Amino acid sequence: MVQVSMKLEMKDTPGQLVRALKPISDTGGNIIAVIHQRESLTRAEVIDVQVVIELPEKRLEELVARMNEQGVTVQRIGTERLIHKKSLILIGHIMHTDLTDTVDHIDTTGYAEVSELELIMPAIAEPSSARMMIKATNAEAMNKALEILRQVARKKDILVIESLEENG
Amino acid sequence: MKVALLGLGSVGQGIASMVLKKGLGITITGLADSKSGIIDAKGINIEEILVRKRGGNPAGDTSVSAMDVVQNADYDVLVEVTPTNISTGEPARTHITSALRKGRHVVTSNKGPIALHHRELLTLADTHHVSLRYEATVCGAIPIIHILEHGLLGNQVKALHGIMNGTCNFILTRMSEEGLSYEQALAEAREMGYAEADPSYDVKGIDPAIKLVILANAIWNLGVTLHEVEITGIDQITPEALRLAGEDDATIRLIAEAIPARQLLRVSPRILPRSHPLVVKGTLNAVTLETDMAGSLTFIGKGAGSIETASAIIGDILFIREQYDGCS
Ligand SMILES: NC(=O)c1ccc[n+]([C@@H]2O[C@H](COP(=O)([O-])OP(=O)(O)OC[C@H]3O[C@@H](n4cnc5c(N)ncnc54)[C@H](OP(=O)(O)O)[C@@H]3O)[C@@H](O)[C@H]2O)c1
Repeated sequence: MVQVSMKLEMKDTPGQLVRALKPISDTGGNIIAVIHQRESLTRAEVIDVQVVIELPEKRLEELVARMNEQGVTVQRIGTERLIHKKSLILIGHIMHTDLTDTVDHIDTTGYAEVSELELIMPAIAEPSSARMMIKATNAEAMNKALEILRQVARKKDILVIESLEENG
Repeated sequence: MKVALLGLGSVGQGIASMVLKKGLGITITGLADSKSGIIDAKGINIEEILVRKRGGNPAGDTSVSAMDVVQNADYDVLVEVTPTNISTGEPARTHITSALRKGRHVVTSNKGPIALHHRELLTLADTHHVSLRYEATVCGAIPIIHILEHGLLGNQVKALHGIMNGTCNFILTRMSEEGLSYEQALAEAREMGYAEADPSYDVKGIDPAIKLVILANAIWNLGVTLHEVEITGIDQITPEALRLAGEDDATIRLIAEAIPARQLLRVSPRILPRSHPLVVKGTLNAVTLETDMAGSLTFIGKGAGSIETASAIIGDILFIREQYDGCS
């Protein structure tokens, strides 16, 4: 599997987005994120959509062809090999200590990113808990990203629980 | 095999009652608690002692001290099961060094002297051509030191991971299975007698870190100390964190970890798949060894308890008898 981010352009008509995304599952891919920018500068009747997907590398060409058939223009493709994954759990005052800043520390490295985040806040003033998935280009990048996160977390008094398994 | 027994608490009484029940060719010729001692070369009446002790009385003669027993009793092996002191190792350290200097073997469950003075004590034992064994200091009934010293001869142990504190494992098991808060699970552990009134030694991860030091020194002879272990306890774990782990079919356990190639000595809560062999329930302990020939091996068993710890002590005593036949 390879992770791909695509910038798509399509007509702003009902059902078009669903039709545009269907080829992804048809080619054995999974959607990781869909970012929909309404207020884009493009012509009124056209919308820009950014998707991040995971799919078998060999089927990328086929996917693009199928999307074109659906009237979607693929403007840009970026294949990143963020195949190294690590699940983490964070405990502490995650929101109060600027979650965006915490995530940015990883996302701005260029070699790793926070790909999933789920936060539970039980009550005001009580520590919250979050599950985070970090993806990185390779094991070394992952270790660097984790070290950055550990440092940020230490400053913010957040407990980071790492997975025991190398790629877990 | 003549044995002098120092300490008649949970472990000491466990040993005494098993010797009484099973015989095992062991005779107790000296014995002491914090306030009294007895010396009898012909063998002490254990039944009587246990009755007295369970009635809350000193075991023996208040004019006889533990050091009197060490110096004057007639024994082959000193069994040191007095309370652990992790800053000085005393009074166990003095008991142990005195017995070794007299040319007597020592078997102990006392983590203090072993974690603090491993090399020094083993060298002293060597000098006097006797054994110092400490199976009972780590992972209760699991014979992990025997496995490392004998069962895995010729292997290189590359890494060690373990659950070495039953109290923490009980708390995390209850939080994960019942959704209890940390405070609720701790209260339950206290009620069951698994946690001390002051649980910080366990829940802050100090106890498993001490065991990690003992095992790392036993395996790799690194001469490491408690200060070199990076320690995080379980007292900040939330039920929400366990719930989040559960969504991935995983859970959280307090793992002690040693990987010498990476100079890593760490005790920390970790995420593990529920199906991982180290995910044991309740007060159980577990250890995984990564070796070059035997691959990965996991051992699971009771990490504490009167009779379980006595099992490790008695195993060491009888092992010494086999090694040095002629002293029985
Ligand atoms: N309990 C376990 O499951 C377990 C497991 C592994 C290792 N350990 C270790 O084994 C050792 C014993 O544990 P335990 O649970 O049996 O402790 P315990 O129940 O507190 O018993 C300690 C015993 O040592 C006696 N004692 C105290 N100071 C003494 C001294 N200066 N000289 C002679 N005796 C003295 C006490 O005397 P009194 O009776 O007069 O108070 C008591 O009989 C500890 O080092 C512990 O860390 C215990």
